[in-house]
Amino acid sequence: MNWEVVIGLETHAQLATHSKIFSGSSTAFGAAPNVQANAVDLALPGVLPVLNRAAVTCAIRFGLATGAHIAESSVFARKNYFYPDLPKGYQISQYEIPVVSGGVLTIRTESGEKTIRLTRAHLEEDAGKSLHEDFHGLSGIDLNRAGTPLLEIVSEPDMRSPAEAVAYARMLHRLVTWIGICDGNMQEGSFRCDANVSIRPQGQEAFGTRCEIKNLNSFRFLEKAMHYEIQRQIELVESGGVVIQETRLYDPERDETRPMRSKEDAQDYRYFPDPDLLPLHITADWVEQVRAQMPELPEAMQQRFVNDLGLSAYDAGVLTGSRATAQYFLQLLPLVEDDAKLCANWVTGELSAALHRDGVTEESSRISPQQLGGLLKRVKDGTISSKMAKELFEALWTDGGDADTLIESRGLRQISDAGALEDIVGALMAEHPAQVAEYRAGKEKVFGFFVGRAMKASGGRANPEQLNAVLKRKLAG
Amino acid sequence: MPEADAVALTETDLKRLASLARLRLESSELVVLKDQLGGVLDLVDQLQAVDTRGVEPLAHALDLELPLREDVVTEVNRREQFQSMSPQVESGLYLVPKVIE
Repeated sequence: MNWEVVIGLETHAQLATHSKIFSGSSTAFGAAPNVQANAVDLALPGVLPVLNRAAVTCAIRFGLATGAHIAESSVFARKNYFYPDLPKGYQISQYEIPVVSGGVLTIRTESGEKTIRLTRAHLEEDAGKSLHEDFHGLSGIDLNRAGTPLLEIVSEPDMRSPAEAVAYARMLHRLVTWIGICDGNMQEGSFRCDANVSIRPQGQEAFGTRCEIKNLNSFRFLEKAMHYEIQRQIELVESGGVVIQETRLYDPERDETRPMRSKEDAQDYRYFPDPDLLPLHITADWVEQVRAQMPELPEAMQQRFVNDLGLSAYDAGVLTGSRATAQYFLQLLPLVEDDAKLCANWVTGELSAALHRDGVTEESSRISPQQLGGLLKRVKDGTISSKMAKELFEALWTDGGDADTLIESRGLRQISDAGALEDIVGALMAEHPAQVAEYRAGKEKVFGFFVGRAMKASGGRANPEQLNAVLKRKLAG
Repeated sequence: MPEADAVALTETDLKRLASLARLRLESSELVVLKDQLGGVLDLVDQLQAVDTRGVEPLAHALDLELPLREDVVTEVNRREQFQSMSPQVESGLYLVPKVIE
């Protein structure tokens, strides 16, 4: 039997606001337990939620970036369940009428381009955190995260392989960070995926029963969890079993998914409109204000780099892999006479390697676009060779400063002066008359000997092209 | 407009609702509540009978604008004060009976 895999993703993107979605508490990561949990977050009696305007703006940005419908009027609902890290006994979310519906995201895999449809994106609050260890049989509750704004983004079940699902997650990650609504930090839980996975016989239209795998906080775990789950379902069905709809957790240590302890009827969340909150109205004016502040989107920029700058699709993809990379490149470009290929090579090559080595992004690069621009300008005008530039890059990375000062202080200026090169070559020929004779007798390999010696004599500073020209001329006699 | 089917509330429904709401009900209470809630549902049935075609669904009874906050941190750390009301705390955490997924 050939099985077709069907995957849909639900992604929780933590919105990059300063304060919580319904209170004025800070959302900064890493604070001591409960210092950012105040009356509204703790659900003390008599408190009321007041919606954070910036969280709504984030949702509008997302809707605009995906070509979705932004609801003129959407409704907050209570999702009721009991858990100690949810002090109100319900989560404020959106149910029947979400703020954003529809929209698409285009992904690229080895099998080409594909459009993934989005079902909806809705605003909701995060819960707190439960810690189950070391409290003499009790659980410790930290409510700093309670009330942090989330945008839950739900895709249609349009993915047909783990590779497609990971490509979708990566594209979505690039988009939400690009438009500045989420910091995308997966280790801190700012971007978490749940995967709905099912299988069906190839050619069958009806979907199989799906399992939901929860809380996958890295692309690698997402992919591994889906592979395991697909295999599990195929083996189960082929040995005569049936898939039961359930929620499963991925255990990275054992590389397997297993059912969460059944919540039985806890799945009945008894949603109803939250009487504490009026419907959210988004005016056309508001949408237009947000639209006016939207950056150029990554897809469009990628196309522009190919069409207008003549870059390869690959380079354009890497340069628009994150907004920080794209911004660095765009700042560098005019400093190097708009030599897109040279800039692309350095940003995707030396710079990317150095950033990776230090584990930082372009925003905290030790070499600014201005510094790199100063260096590349000297490559372009022939003052230094590419090889020297790479050495200087390392020096700039470690010690700072600017390229011109370093070139002077280290005496790295390339020798392009024909007279100086002729002197070097002349001295060499006088020293090695035998080799000169060999060359003139037709042994062209000896040319390399002279290039090596001349380079050495110049301290590596001879302009290679000019040196070649001078050598050819003088050796010819 | 067809008459909406009156849904009779069974004792099983009631027990399930009570469990979802974390209410511990005595069997004597079950009898009383079943009647009372049944009465509420009868009222809902009457409402269901009204023809609402062409009427916009209403999400809130108040016809007001939702007030919005600017994205500014206005709260300060009052953990000590809040935790003084809590039965058990440790290392800044609220302690509760163990719950494990």
